Amino acid sequence: MATFIKIASVEVGSGGAATIDFTSIPQDYTDLVILASLRDDRAAAYANSTFISFNGNTANFSSRVAYGSGTVSGSFSLARYAGTNVSEQATASIFSNSQLYISNYTSSNYKSYSIESVTENNGSDGYQYFGAGLWSDTSAITSIGLTLDTGSGGSVLKQYSTATLYGILKA
Amino acid sequence: MPKTYKAIASQTLTGTETSVTFSSIPQTYTDLVFILNPIGTSSGANYLARFNSDTGANYDGIRLTANGSTVASARYTITGGIQIHDYLINGTSQVPVIICQIMNYSNTTTYKQLYARGNTASNWVQSSVGVWKSTSAITSVTFLSSSSNFQSGSSFSLYGIKAA
Repeated sequence: MATFIKIASVEVGSGGAATIDFTSIPQDYTDLVILASLRDDRAAAYANSTFISFNGNTANFSSRVAYGSGTVSGSFSLARYAGTNVSEQATASIFSNSQLYISNYTSSNYKSYSIESVTENNGSDGYQYFGAGLWSDTSAITSIGLTLDTGSGGSVLKQYSTATLYGILKA
Repeated sequence: MPKTYKAIASQTLTGTETSVTFSSIPQTYTDLVFILNPIGTSSGANYLARFNSDTGANYDGIRLTANGSTVASARYTITGGIQIHDYLINGTSQVPVIICQIMNYSNTTTYKQLYARGNTASNWVQSSVGVWKSTSAITSVTFLSSSSNFQSGSSFSLYGIKAA
């Protein structure tokens, strides 16, 4: 029996979208994986943060992240952080590459997730992020939203941004 | 759809254990992936992966860690295993997600490498790579901690990936 199953896939159309949403997530799997390729319309930067919500909830999130750019490295904490979007200062046609691994998403424990996100801007800018996210809520995850940090400028995910949700079933 | 990512075995603890072992691992896959959600009985202990019950000084590795403000990198040598995360948490409020990948685990020509990402949002994140200095095929993997046990509810899953 296959154990890595595509549940749903979203591609942003013309005009952009404020969020990419996965709703009515089946509760039959062990873990969830999201693979995403994202770009937003933040004008004054090369990149922006991806923000996540669970069940429409934006509270009770925390994260701890390490990053490197090829010249600098560091670490930060940012609630709801779920990777990076490429933004408008980047070369056209470049999108980020992210993986979120959400384990035991139906359990009654708080929900931990692993974040891996990278971008490379044609030899001039690039970032690698890996981190831990936590949603301090015991509810099963039934919906997931991906959006951008609008507090840093920008309002939509750009056309051709994509995200796919997979379910993983343990033995 | 090609069935190339296959669930092999899983363990969810119903009591406290000192270690968890996956034995008699089938040699028919190309790579292995472990997904771990360990709940420690004490905080602060590090967490190891041991191959084929080898308790000797046959492991080396490096790690990159970050705690939300600083990043650090270090080389380590730990007798008896590869470090895959450096901070277990006592309790269920912050169970880490640890992803371990072992490529080409069944060959008998090369030393075996493990790549791990261990993430605990309340403390730190860690990326590790370690080598087991043996050309033996990996037939068992044991997860254990230097100074903690695993609580009931800890879960460990093994998946096999088969190349085309």
